[in-house]
Amino acid sequence: MSPDPDDPVISVRDLVTGFGDTRVLDGASLDVARGEILGCVGASGAGKSVLMRTIVGLLPRRGGSIRVLGQDMARLGMGARRALERRWGVLFQHGALFSSLSAIQNVQFPMREYLRLSRRLMDEVAVAKLEMVGLDASVCHKRPAELSGGMIKRVALARALALDPEIVFLDEPTSGLDPIGAAEFDLLIKTLQQTLGLTVFMVTHDLDSLHAVCDRVAVLADRKVITVGPMATMLSSDHPWIRSYFRGTRSRVGAATGAVRAVRAV
Amino acid sequence: MTDRLLDLSVTDGRLALAAAGSWTADRAGELETLIDKAVRRARGVAAVEIRMGAVERLDTFGAWLLERLVRTLTAAGREPAVLDLPERWHDLVEEARQVNRTPLPPTRRRPLGDALAGLGRIVVEITHDLLLIVQMFGAMAIVAARAALRPWTFRLTSMVHHLDRVGWRAVPIIVLITFLLGCIIAQQGLFHFRRFGVEVYVVDMVGILVLREIGVLMVAIMVAGRSGSAYTAELGSMKMREEIDALRTMGFDPLEVLVLPRLVALVLALPALTFVGSMAALYGAGLVAWLYGGMSPDIYLARLRDAISLDHFAVGLLKAPFMALVIGIVASVEGLQVKGSTESLGRKTTASVVKAIFLVIVLDGLFAIFFASIGM
Repeated sequence: MSPDPDDPVISVRDLVTGFGDTRVLDGASLDVARGEILGCVGASGAGKSVLMRTIVGLLPRRGGSIRVLGQDMARLGMGARRALERRWGVLFQHGALFSSLSAIQNVQFPMREYLRLSRRLMDEVAVAKLEMVGLDASVCHKRPAELSGGMIKRVALARALALDPEIVFLDEPTSGLDPIGAAEFDLLIKTLQQTLGLTVFMVTHDLDSLHAVCDRVAVLADRKVITVGPMATMLSSDHPWIRSYFRGTRSRVGAATGAVRAVRAV
Repeated sequence: MTDRLLDLSVTDGRLALAAAGSWTADRAGELETLIDKAVRRARGVAAVEIRMGAVERLDTFGAWLLERLVRTLTAAGREPAVLDLPERWHDLVEEARQVNRTPLPPTRRRPLGDALAGLGRIVVEITHDLLLIVQMFGAMAIVAARAALRPWTFRLTSMVHHLDRVGWRAVPIIVLITFLLGCIIAQQGLFHFRRFGVEVYVVDMVGILVLREIGVLMVAIMVAGRSGSAYTAELGSMKMREEIDALRTMGFDPLEVLVLPRLVALVLALPALTFVGSMAALYGAGLVAWLYGGMSPDIYLARLRDAISLDHFAVGLLKAPFMALVIGIVASVEGLQVKGSTESLGRKTTASVVKAIFLVIVLDGLFAIFFASIGM
């Protein structure tokens, strides 16, 4: 599914949020189009996770409006809110798997609560989800404590996808994974997004992820979303923070130019 | 949204299945029943075709059920033709074709075997626990001896901090509970002794009971619940967050840095709390004797002076540090056994309180025998 900019599934306007006296976000606005993968970047503490947590309703909003799938989050009753929550999935940074449940039970947890399915179908679909995120049936009965970091993220992604949501929120999906594992995870996100027609909102620090999977990137700075656009826009931006982030020594472009300079110096 | 997800029609020995509507999670239960019905209907026919053209929405649940239908029919020798599948779902249906190829490993259940294995595991665990407690006792003896030889290495600030937490801050709740306990014992004593006209012996009973047994036991149980659990949870979460490993790599002994100050604080706090608690209980008993039994405070105090000796007082107070040691050691052993999961933290905290209370009562019994045999 190709992104459709005229059909925003998430629409944030002049959002204000914060803790105590500090305002973390002040007047942030952002649209996420249906079927796109949007990467959200910013310095540590710039409010990337806060933005995500405010959209999904884990943090209170002090001002502005949030519309998700055409519904104003502030005006939803309990029932409508729960119905809306079924239409998104969240992957937390450390997986947040329930440690007392096995991998397959974790994936089945939302199904058990929201759907009336036979045991057989639930097992089959849960295994299917685990296989779709690249795991096999042997992990099904393992507890989160017995799984590696990469496996935990995959099981958590399978749980986020349990009810076939339309939107998936990913909080630093590749943090804590080795570069090979991270690249595989990026690929997995891209594949699943295409297969399932998902809209993905991804908070990340991983420049490789941004290059590999994101259709657009939103940059948070000065308590606002300062730019939104594809990677090409980011690379040609003049904003000092964006320049040092995308063209610094740790980025591909930066590393390449650095190498060229080093060669020239010799 | 149409209500008909799957229409069945048989013409000339061909079963035609017309799919429609939303093949999604919400209707998966319904759809499963329809698919089972279709499989049953397919038994007598020569060929099956599935028309997917009218499906409006399809998700993983729908795609899997379609795949399951295809697989079941194929296994029965009637490979169906899937027709008119919209282009946009080709990937998803292809994905569903790959999954569930290996059967789910069964969870084996052997009720009798599991029960026996569980029993055996408990026996082994109890032995293991006792060994660990003895081990920790020995390790703490060494750490304490080392600290005694080089007193400047002892973490006094930490000890004072913990003394404040487990001692000073526990005073209100301990005073309240022991006061009420004193009141209840006195009231019960007065009520029953009145029938024999020996109300005055209530004072003997309260005095001896509180000072020898109830005071110290009650306070120890409360401290095990209040501070033992806190020690286990603290040490356990430090273990989980690798703080204890960090200490080790920097060349510190976690027992010296973390456990010794806590243990010393507990050993100092428990006798003090026992004293405060016993006084509160005696005060409560005196109050009830005065208000409910009509015994004036002067008589109560005079009778108390006659009834109890320093021995009774000493017996209670002597037990306190040993009970503190047991509580602290059990709490530390359990805390340091916490593994990665939050579940194990909860389990160990519970275990710490249960074991500490059990051992405190056992210890109290041993002390009773000991003091009886030396005539105290």
